[in-house]
Amino acid sequence: MNITMALVSILIYLVAAPVVGLAFEGYDRVVSARMQNRKGPSFFQPVYDLCKLFQKQSIVVNNMQTALVLGFVIFTIFTGCIFFAGGDILLVFFAHSLADMFLILAAYSANSPYSSLGAQREFMQTMAYEPMTLLTAIGFYMVCGSFNVSDVINQDVPAIVRAPGIFLGFCFCLLIIFRKSPFDLATSHHAHQEMVKGLTQDLAGNIYGLQELGELYASVQMLAIAGLFFICKNPISYVVAVVAVIVVYFFVLLADNIFPRVKWEVMLSSTWAVTFILGGGNFLILTMLKIAGK
Amino acid sequence: MLILLFLFFFTLMMSVVTAMIREEKLRGAVVITGSIVMMIADIVFCVWAFTHGVSQNGVMRFLPESAVTETCTYVFMAAEVFLFLLISVLSVKHGKWYCILLSAFGTFPVLWLDVTHKAVENLPMLKIDDLTIMMFMVVGIVGGLISIYAVGYLHDYHIHHKDVENRSQHFQALLFLFLTAMYGLITSDALSWMFFFWEITSTISFLLIGYTRKPEAVTNSFRALWMNLLGGCGFMVAIMYCALCLHVGSITELVELGPKAEGIVIPVVFLSLAAITKSAQMPFSRWLLGAMVAPTPSSALLHSATMVKAGVYLLIRISPLFEGNLGGIMITTIGGFTFFAASLLAISQSDGKKVLAYSTISNLGLITACAGVGQPAATWAAVMLLLFHAVSKSLMFLAVGAVENATGSRDVEDMHGMIVKFPKMAYVMTVGICGMFLAPFGMLVAKWAALKAYIDSNNVTLVIFLVFGSATTMFYWGKWLGKLYVVLHQSERHRDVVHKSEWRVMYCLTAMIVALCTLFPMIGSVFVQPVLSQSFGKTVGTIISENDIRVMLMMLVMIGLMPVLAALLIKNRKEKMTMAYMSGVNAGDDRHFIDSVGGIRPSYLSNWYMEDWFGEKKILNPSLYLSAAAVTIMMIVAVGGAL
Amino acid sequence: MKMSKSPWLLHYDASSCNGCDIEVLASTTPRYDVERFGVINTGNPKHADILVVTGGVNNQTKMVVKQLYSQMPDPKVVIAAGICACDGGIFKECYNVNGGVDTVIPVDIYVPGCAVRPEALIDGVVKAVKLLDEKREAMKNHASCEVHYSKKPEKEDK
Repeated sequence: MNITMALVSILIYLVAAPVVGLAFEGYDRVVSARMQNRKGPSFFQPVYDLCKLFQKQSIVVNNMQTALVLGFVIFTIFTGCIFFAGGDILLVFFAHSLADMFLILAAYSANSPYSSLGAQREFMQTMAYEPMTLLTAIGFYMVCGSFNVSDVINQDVPAIVRAPGIFLGFCFCLLIIFRKSPFDLATSHHAHQEMVKGLTQDLAGNIYGLQELGELYASVQMLAIAGLFFICKNPISYVVAVVAVIVVYFFVLLADNIFPRVKWEVMLSSTWAVTFILGGGNFLILTMLKIAGK
Repeated sequence: MLILLFLFFFTLMMSVVTAMIREEKLRGAVVITGSIVMMIADIVFCVWAFTHGVSQNGVMRFLPESAVTETCTYVFMAAEVFLFLLISVLSVKHGKWYCILLSAFGTFPVLWLDVTHKAVENLPMLKIDDLTIMMFMVVGIVGGLISIYAVGYLHDYHIHHKDVENRSQHFQALLFLFLTAMYGLITSDALSWMFFFWEITSTISFLLIGYTRKPEAVTNSFRALWMNLLGGCGFMVAIMYCALCLHVGSITELVELGPKAEGIVIPVVFLSLAAITKSAQMPFSRWLLGAMVAPTPSSALLHSATMVKAGVYLLIRISPLFEGNLGGIMITTIGGFTFFAASLLAISQSDGKKVLAYSTISNLGLITACAGVGQPAATWAAVMLLLFHAVSKSLMFLAVGAVENATGSRDVEDMHGMIVKFPKMAYVMTVGICGMFLAPFGMLVAKWAALKAYIDSNNVTLVIFLVFGSATTMFYWGKWLGKLYVVLHQSERHRDVVHKSEWRVMYCLTAMIVALCTLFPMIGSVFVQPVLSQSFGKTVGTIISENDIRVMLMMLVMIGLMPVLAALLIKNRKEKMTMAYMSGVNAGDDRHFIDSVGGIRPSYLSNWYMEDWFGEKKILNPSLYLSAAAVTIMMIVAVGGAL
Repeated sequence: MKMSKSPWLLHYDASSCNGCDIEVLASTTPRYDVERFGVINTGNPKHADILVVTGGVNNQTKMVVKQLYSQMPDPKVVIAAGICACDGGIFKECYNVNGGVDTVIPVDIYVPGCAVRPEALIDGVVKAVKLLDEKREAMKNHASCEVHYSKKPEKEDK
């Protein structure tokens, strides 16, 4: 991928990611309402929410929060830029965890019970899904021979064909990453648990808006990685990828609406089991194929 | 060459001089001056070695005249007997007879080799290449800094621990003696010489762990001793086999035989055994935890930055021999397993030094596994990990030690709100912690290279260990980092009682971490790749692509700009400040709440340690048994197969 | 974009008999589906725009109501839901009851009823969101709406 292409796709990402992210959230709100047999808000509700947050007064509990949240947003966007410029997927995940660290530190700095609990649980969640995300990057490497997104999209056959287990494992982790039931442990969009708002408890007004914006960029990135499994040289594959991402997101919402919440113990053990069996198993097979191919 | 001799004898002399000066102030001045001279000499030596010889043909090997070698051999023999006697006396005194047996078993066969002239003679005893230079940098600079730090630290230590007899001159002397031995160890190419220095470091470690002479310290020191002596026995077997069957006496010759040579697996397996005991890999990890009873400088120097590195240094030296044989499988399995298990165990620890100890074991596991792959890329990662870990970890140890002296506790829980109470220390620790696990910083880069190398060598188990281990590593470091960043309003600042000299040392190390992070591509290509190309006999290409390096440097710059951004934000802010949310019953200062009967109660926010899941009680013994079984079985299979 | 399209609620039970609380929850169920108007029950003052208080304020909850109110970012609206929250209701004369919510914090909308009907409550919310827009306009004109910054958080009387 040459530099112009990279710059153009970064620009598109910067502008389009919030729009796409908001669209997915609107889809979430509408579909969830239908699943619960109610009318629900309009498709544009997330846009209204975000705009409102930016119009509100900012309230802080200390003088570090703003800087840390800003760090989270900057590094999240930067992570996305690496991805959309065709960079290294492994580096994308590393940068993602750096960005997440800023958010967790912002929560820690508040010194409130709910923020603190949310931060601990966020660590727990990161610990639960990180092996799988790393295996996802490794899966792409095994299939395409390169960690670079720019090489992955130039394959003859999409990665899903040879890495279906890793794809499923990654989708399982998307539940955690999108903070959906049964795993919405660190923060919830619905206040119905002992965590209240967890990680974001003490972010208020436009600072919270900033955090939400960062989350939008992050979720677009994660969805794009899910879509990357379907992309190959053929231009039609991009359409397939978009459809696939929408379907994946639908299943995430379905899970959100039909599963009860579980304790963190179940989350950790189930995610690690899924990682080990689906991710590890698929990786083992890929390695054996590679050895056999030599 | 002269400068090397100077370095060696000057450090030795420093040890003797320090042992003799009783007056504390004078000794402090002598130690500081001596350390600075030593560091300068060290740097001069490195520059000299790098510009002469090493840069041209990549390596310098010294074949001293036979008279010199002979004299040295006799001196070493005398010293070995002395060590044996010392260990025997102390063992008898404390009723630990088995140590005498182990020591005798390690010492006498090698003496017999020397006396009967069965050892391979006329071989280059010393070898200096880029790896040696790098080790010299680590040992000399980190070692010198820690010696300086120890001056102020010991002073405070004895103020806080009145029950411990003040033998700080011995402590300082042992540190210098240790540095001498370490210099010897990293320059030796002859196995017998290396073994001699190896045994010295074991003994010094034993003496330093027992420094306080409390019952716990004595028990722990003997545990460290017997495990290291066992490793020494392994080393001895390797030397005997090399000399009698393979007729080689130096590491270079051994490596030249190649991984497919007949019988090579025996010395490799036994040297690996020696290395994993020294590097505290499971099942021998417990001695390193016990070693944490020693005063902090020794933990920082011996048990994180240098001595435990001797084991992995040896592994890196012989890493070309691991390719595709049982020795390699044993080392990678043990290393990978230790990396994962120790990082799980670290989650359940709240004692700062114990977290550091487990983290050291865990990272050494990673280095061990990298060295065991036997591929240039993996060994590159091992060398980089070794370098970054030495600097970051010694900084962390020193910081924890300083915190303990200043606040009376080294518990991570008590570091709550450090950013408000003790901001300077919080920043120093932030650099140390970030250097251990976060994205654009050193360790992670090396870990990344390791991951690529594991995948390329088709090692599925190692990849699985690494992905799970790095997730757990993030957890225990992250929650520590979080504790530092709690903003605790209306809290008193700690009085900064940390000595100026200690601060300077910590600042130096902090600066080194930052410099290493910025310069790592250069270090990789200038120092590490040539030596690997040579020992593996093939050219080693770039490990991390230029694009990625550029991205990471960008991240580094951005992180560097974060404090500036924060300062600007704080300056022009107009936000309203409220109390943290505590269900509306916050009693006014974020630290107290009003209970259901109207009383004011303090709130306490603790990190998660998950004892039930990752506690020592739960997983320490199973992992020790598992790894012990693995080591035993693989050694038996490897040796049996070769015989 | 108008703020009124996204009013987030914080519901606090000051000393209610739970009658009004049940009705507040009922209005978020599919039958009444208050989320049609973008309403979300946040449970966190720092994210909330509308504070719904049920029940009269007593000595124990006085400070809590004040604190929750102070932790909400501007612009914000307070709804007193149910007759007890409006003026103390049948508990007005109790020794420990202060009276309505307006004895502690400024109330914008009073929704009567014992217990308050979900329809009435939704009506109150719809009225409240209009007020939110007005307050937002007022905030724009007075650039500094209670904006101050000190190193320490405000102390409140306990």
